[in-house]
Amino acid sequence: MPVEIDIAHVARLARLDLSEEELEGYKSQLGAILDHAAKVQSLQGDPEVEASHPLRFENAYRPDETRPSLDRDEVLAQAPETRDGYFVAPPAMELE
Amino acid sequence: MSELPGDLHDLTIVAAGAALRSGETTAVELLDAVLDRAHRTEAQLHAYLTLDRVGAREAAETADVELAAGSDRGPLHGIPIALKDNMCTRGVETTAASQILAGYVPPYDATVVTRLRRAGAVLVGKTNLDEFAMGSSTENSAYGPSFNPWDISRVPGGSSGGSAAAVAVGSALGALGSDTGGSIRQPASLSGVVGLKPTYGTVSRYGLIAFASSLDQIGPLSRSIADAALTLEAIWGHDPLDATSYAGVYPDPTADLDEGVQGLRIGVVSEFAGEGYEPAVEEKMAAILDDLSGSGAEIVEVSLPTVDIALSAYYLVAPAEASSNLARFDGIRYGLRLEGATTEELMARTRAEGFGPEVTRRILLGTYALSAGYYDAFYGQAQRVRAALRDEFEAAYQKVDVLVSPTSPTVAFPAGEKVDDPLSMYLTDICTNPLNLVGHPGISVPVGVDDQKLPIGFQVMAPALGERVMFRVAAEVERLAEFSARPLLEEVAG
Amino acid sequence: MTSWEPVIGIEVHVELSTRSKMFCGCAVSFGDEPNTHVCPVCLGLPGALPVPNRQAIEWIMAIGLALNCEVTERSVFHRKNYFYADLPKNYQISQFDIPVCHDGYLDVVVGGETRRVGIERAHMEEDTGKSTHVGVGGRIHAAEATLLDFNRSGVPLVEIVSNPDIRSAAQARAYAQELRTLVAELGVSDARLEEGSIRFDANVSVRPQGETEYGTKVEIKNMNSFRSLERAVAHEIERQVAVLEAGGEIVQETRHWDEEAGVTHSMRTKEGSSDYRYFTEPDLVPMHMDDEWVGAVRATLPELPAARRSRYVEMGLDPDQAGVMSDAHAGVRAIFADAVAAGSPPRAAANWLTGEVTGWLRRTETDPEDLSLSGAHLAELVAMVDDGTVSASAAKEVLEGVLGGEGPPRRVAADRDLIQISDTAELESAVETALQEHPEAVANFQAGEKKAIGFLVGQVMRATQGKADPKLVNDLLTEKLSH
Repeated sequence: MPVEIDIAHVARLARLDLSEEELEGYKSQLGAILDHAAKVQSLQGDPEVEASHPLRFENAYRPDETRPSLDRDEVLAQAPETRDGYFVAPPAMELE
Repeated sequence: MSELPGDLHDLTIVAAGAALRSGETTAVELLDAVLDRAHRTEAQLHAYLTLDRVGAREAAETADVELAAGSDRGPLHGIPIALKDNMCTRGVETTAASQILAGYVPPYDATVVTRLRRAGAVLVGKTNLDEFAMGSSTENSAYGPSFNPWDISRVPGGSSGGSAAAVAVGSALGALGSDTGGSIRQPASLSGVVGLKPTYGTVSRYGLIAFASSLDQIGPLSRSIADAALTLEAIWGHDPLDATSYAGVYPDPTADLDEGVQGLRIGVVSEFAGEGYEPAVEEKMAAILDDLSGSGAEIVEVSLPTVDIALSAYYLVAPAEASSNLARFDGIRYGLRLEGATTEELMARTRAEGFGPEVTRRILLGTYALSAGYYDAFYGQAQRVRAALRDEFEAAYQKVDVLVSPTSPTVAFPAGEKVDDPLSMYLTDICTNPLNLVGHPGISVPVGVDDQKLPIGFQVMAPALGERVMFRVAAEVERLAEFSARPLLEEVAG
Repeated sequence: MTSWEPVIGIEVHVELSTRSKMFCGCAVSFGDEPNTHVCPVCLGLPGALPVPNRQAIEWIMAIGLALNCEVTERSVFHRKNYFYADLPKNYQISQFDIPVCHDGYLDVVVGGETRRVGIERAHMEEDTGKSTHVGVGGRIHAAEATLLDFNRSGVPLVEIVSNPDIRSAAQARAYAQELRTLVAELGVSDARLEEGSIRFDANVSVRPQGETEYGTKVEIKNMNSFRSLERAVAHEIERQVAVLEAGGEIVQETRHWDEEAGVTHSMRTKEGSSDYRYFTEPDLVPMHMDDEWVGAVRATLPELPAARRSRYVEMGLDPDQAGVMSDAHAGVRAIFADAVAAGSPPRAAANWLTGEVTGWLRRTETDPEDLSLSGAHLAELVAMVDDGTVSASAAKEVLEGVLGGEGPPRRVAADRDLIQISDTAELESAVETALQEHPEAVANFQAGEKKAIGFLVGQVMRATQGKADPKLVNDLLTEKLSH
């Protein structure tokens, strides 16, 4: 069981720009919830985990057929910033 | 023109349907009654985020024309229905009660919305919820809380609190909600209405703003068991746009509504009692069980030990999936945007500003539970608990036909009481969340009120695709409970 | 002096040429106006859900089978979580530890030697949108913006990872080319490097010869042609050796190939390594590839290059020629098959096709699709050379005529007056004349200068306007001079 939660790292992973104060608050709340959640460790036995779907589906596909795409104007109307049909964002800091 | 006893907004869907077809009322009249009721109650309840008066009117007028011409789309034709605001409605603002989606207008309809339209339903508007369906009181809405029509100083439950309040008070004849840990059933219980979470995979999630993908299901809130069954039939069924959608044979939920419970084995979950359960709730539970026994059912005690850690598993699985599902809200393609010099900055500032504290808390929790080094102990282990829980439920159903419990340990609690204590808030879902983890159906039936006139809900659970027997028992419970109380809400013109 | 062994693995991304995207019905289409092939699913709108394209699954199975892989019986999708503007959901639906295909190999022929490169896995994922950097006004840094086009978002992508079995830049290139050919022949992708429908990254490390432990590996990106792949890998090997020999250490990082400068540059390293928080995709259900389905896909596979090469060798082509012929355009291969069926010896037919015909196609910039040469014609031409109807050199002219649409070989030869004189009686007099007119040559020949006969053959050829069968002339002269 982890003792220290690196809350700043978690917030960075989740892209949440929180203040020091907020982070401290969340950190202690998380700690309390995780203590409760850690009860999962008490499970006896080692059941076989299939994917969680209760009806145990497999093989759900669609045929390789095209469907109409959205009208671009309707799409871009929701965008905070666009130019010449593109969505606009600032430059990325990291290269993936 | 109405010769009906009582007000139009008090009608069940079944009664309203009969009235439409006998000519005693029209869809427009029904809509007007419902909108008028909203007008008089919204100031106190805040059940709605958006009322689509224009769209609803058009749909009502069309319904009247069609019905008059003999073109009958079925039981929901002309019926005013409300939708929880986490279901996408094309052309109508859909916010998930979050600032991050303020002003967002989806370019498409959720499948359930398409099906309701096809069924001729009149979509009245979008109801309030806990932000992104995360909560049990509807106090986490970024647009202000909803209140309980039975006592407006109390919560209606959550996260489908707006839908529950609207149906309870008559500002809709029925509503859709979504249930991830109990978010239909718990507010139904606290607000004195019927609330159903169907078998996972039977109602399409396409167009439902996702909270936890493997747990979310859409279902009806209504004033009667029959209404719930009819609404379910209108919205469920295989959807090729949802890969988790069940493609096999669906049961008939209405088939055994009048069959009674003679010869059925009803299992009482022993873990869902005791400390934390209000006496009124436990007394009512016992009374109903007595009545069921009197009606010919065999009452059996069933122990499901793993439910004691089910909530713990839920609070790992749900936030983990949510942390991933909510990653798409980044200010780039839609929704709120705060500027930044880089995309990283823009995204982080937008999300910090756009998400409320409960959502932020769960995203952090979920990100942590999935992160390197912790996956196996948390998310991985929670999945094992789910598997064990499912094995336990399935073993129980070898011995009983349905399982029952109170829907919630408590009645509606005062607004603000649990807001600062997340854990105590989470505990209100203790009886409901196991069904989401295993994907089985469950329905809450209003069975009475406590001495403060606060409603108590009785939960009937069934195996996957067991809606038929679940409805059979629920119908009998409804008959036995004779729940006819109405919230005494003083109308205030808004 | 240490001898260094390069250790190279190649990662390939192949865009499948399905009609619709991996998880939605938007058309897979390139070069169109931005954001005109998008929908809630590939745009990551709230409420959208993915549904896998069955054709894409069958095609990754085909790729895996063609690479001699095992097809996993039960496979699942995972979410790979990271934030990036061109990744609309800020997670990519991909596969983590249960890929559709695993443990295969590809045989690569380099410099006459065959090297077996192991394939670790082939998995299914979705492509991202495209981001373009633009400047906005004069200042460089503060004024930049990213333009986002999601037409490519959601296109099916197969990632193929090789084992680190490659030992030279030349092998790396050959592997890449062979893989590219295979994928194109399967018909599952356009596989055009220049267009980005196939992309290669290389993982390069070096170690002292004989060492079994791996050295630190460096990922190389941005190689946009097979040539640049070879150059980049070669350069990186040199760079690493130089660093190690100077006593330094190799940093594990990603480096960017700069084609113009001919070097790799270090890309800015990210803070820490990425934590992708993989978990099974809850919006999808497992894939069950049972024996029946795998068998059905296997039955749709065309003849693969390796099998075809073997078949050609069995027909009598030498290995190099078999390789060239096997890689030739399908139309050219069809002519080869027809020619052999019409009676041509395989080697001769192959020689013509890989030699003169290919040269002609290049010179005239003709598409192999548009060749007006039938297998029967080719067989006819081969026979005409064989039986002396035309000389070998005249046959080239005949071929030109046939390719130019002048008609079948015999007609072209007749029209162009290229038919050899093979009639001994006809040639006798020309031979006699040549002998009589050039007694010095005769004397030289009889004095031991055997090459003098060539001069005499030339004279006869001149006298007959080049139409004499030179071999026959030679034989006649030889006979006469021996007396």
